[in-house]
Amino acid sequence: MSVAPMLDIKNLHATVDGKPILKGLTLSINPGEIHAMMGPNGSGKSTLSYVLTGREGYEVTDGEVQYEGRNLLDLEPEERAAQGIFLAFQYPVEIPGVTNTTFLKEALNAIRKHRGEDTMDAMEFMKFLRAKTKELGIAEDMLKRSVNVGFSGGEKKRNEVLQMAVLEPKLAILDETDSGLDIDALKTVASGVNALRTPERSMLVITHYQRLLDYIVPDFVHVLANGKIQRSGGKELAVELEKTGYADFIEAA
Amino acid sequence: MTQEILTPETLAEQFGHIRAALPGADVPWLDSLRADSLGRFADLGWPTAKTEAWKYTSLKDVQTIPFGLGRSAKTVESVEVVPCLFSDAHVGLRLVFVNGHFSARLSALNDMPEGVTAASLAEVLKTDPALLKDRLGHIGGEAGGPEDKSGGQPLLALNTAFMNDGFVIVVGKGIVVEDPIEIVFIGGFGGENVVHNVRNLIVMEENSRATIVENYVGFPTSAFVHNEGCEVGVAAGATLKHYKLQTEGFETTHLNTVHVDVERDATYETFMLSTGARLTRNEKTVRLKGEGAHCAVNGAFLLRGTQHCDNTTVIEHLVPHTSSREVFKGALDGESRGVFQGRIVVHKDAQKTDGHQMCKTLLLSDKAEIDTKPELEIYADDVKCSHGATAGQIDEGALFYLRSRGIPEVAARELLIEAFLGEALEEISDERVRGLLRGKVGHWLARDV
Repeated sequence: MSVAPMLDIKNLHATVDGKPILKGLTLSINPGEIHAMMGPNGSGKSTLSYVLTGREGYEVTDGEVQYEGRNLLDLEPEERAAQGIFLAFQYPVEIPGVTNTTFLKEALNAIRKHRGEDTMDAMEFMKFLRAKTKELGIAEDMLKRSVNVGFSGGEKKRNEVLQMAVLEPKLAILDETDSGLDIDALKTVASGVNALRTPERSMLVITHYQRLLDYIVPDFVHVLANGKIQRSGGKELAVELEKTGYADFIEAA
Repeated sequence: MTQEILTPETLAEQFGHIRAALPGADVPWLDSLRADSLGRFADLGWPTAKTEAWKYTSLKDVQTIPFGLGRSAKTVESVEVVPCLFSDAHVGLRLVFVNGHFSARLSALNDMPEGVTAASLAEVLKTDPALLKDRLGHIGGEAGGPEDKSGGQPLLALNTAFMNDGFVIVVGKGIVVEDPIEIVFIGGFGGENVVHNVRNLIVMEENSRATIVENYVGFPTSAFVHNEGCEVGVAAGATLKHYKLQTEGFETTHLNTVHVDVERDATYETFMLSTGARLTRNEKTVRLKGEGAHCAVNGAFLLRGTQHCDNTTVIEHLVPHTSSREVFKGALDGESRGVFQGRIVVHKDAQKTDGHQMCKTLLLSDKAEIDTKPELEIYADDVKCSHGATAGQIDEGALFYLRSRGIPEVAARELLIEAFLGEALEEISDERVRGLLRGKVGHWLARDV
């Protein structure tokens, strides 16, 4: 007997500004699995994260993506979020004038509404949010500040983890969560992510370096180069890549 | 009714017909002020696109509407509910005008503190014209004298000639009015397309303090012209917070010319929120006349359809050690057009001036247009001044970020527009007013206005 995959990507082709970036990517992720997607710059890692979350300008030209048995590509970005997909951005966006609390409350209530659940009132939400910040060891003053405005690199990434904790996704895509972090910040963020690991929650961890995978240990590692997965393996593949680099794959492609 | 452009001759004829019936007709100084102003209009004529201050705003449609007429008493009596901003808690600090005329029945003045005069101009002209003699026409510089400040303002000239009613507020020396005084102007009853020549006067005596909120409302479909003149004097050590909300119907023309004098160590703070009217022109001149004087001239304009809103301001730093701050924000949808002309003049002696001005506009449609003209004129050498203007669209990156968190596109856009405008609303120092105007912005976003 086999478990139905949560995410099933088949022969995905995508272009940005008419330029082919993904050229036949195939990947299955089952509930509870952590997959790492590694690869050199320009291999299509971020494009994959944006295609999966529905960003404008990322056009799928061939292939299909099934998420929980449905065609994911038909859905608007907000519908995907409501269905449980979450992207931790490589470069979290600054939104002056919108406080983190307002942002998180709007987001959570929009998702709850979409799922036919009751929305939370301000009091209830604050209680819920405070508990989440405490669990993750995040300072409460971060909640009152405008979304990501004036945040350090580490704070921005921790804020992504907080959003993930609040929205409780089924599938989290972490796009280069390690970029721009020193080792201490990296550890903090990784422990936040690990705290959100559950037997049902899947993660797709996109990274250039093996470093992050010392802290967020994956079940599978894939090498993406030239828009295609060139090789897949277990966590030991990441260690091997750290030694050999991506040169072989770039040449092979 | 004629559709021809009103020439100075026609206007003089109209003036001749109603002169004796205008309020204060038996007050000689006022009668001659009116006649002088009409003469000034004859010299100036209607502004055209060639007039620098009117480059982006046309009064073509206004020039055919009879100036002298006002209202019929019957329609005034039909108002039952006043759409006011402040709830019962401040009910005793309210003046209400219908079609430009004071309504004693709808107003509530019983909580006005001692030392505060709050009344209708027409009434004061009957009972105590001396209160107005050295004030009316003086702050705007129309009442003669060596410095005529209103040289290029034909609308003010017409207002002075035809002024009918408006409010007079005098806050006595050292008096502090804690709760906001609200003035509601309800326009467009009876459906006559006429001009309401409203004339307002605010006098803040030494060390007094007050918050005055003007609230202009009207029927969605009534065409009329609100042509207002307003003079404000803020004496030494006094503070005036002067807020204005304008949500009139889309057939209305809203014109106003405001002059403010700010004396030593006095503060004048204003915020103008415009979401209504077909055509709006807010023209404001603030003169910082005493050392330590400060003004904050802020506003927001939210437009859609074919609305046009023009904010034209002049801030004059006349003496050393004065400061000004100006923040305007616009959100323009549809085929609307916004205009911001902001001039800061630092006079020769005004060393140590601190002046900052900023206008930012969000264009929500490809067909919306903003014309911004920030100007700094500096004749002193030891000053700190800056200005800036930007126009842009909604940040697609931010929009996607919000949507990727589950916030639907429409709500995400609203959140971003609200946040953009928030920077201007933050400038409102009175918390209650800030909250109320924030609510009005929310209504506008929800198309609930």
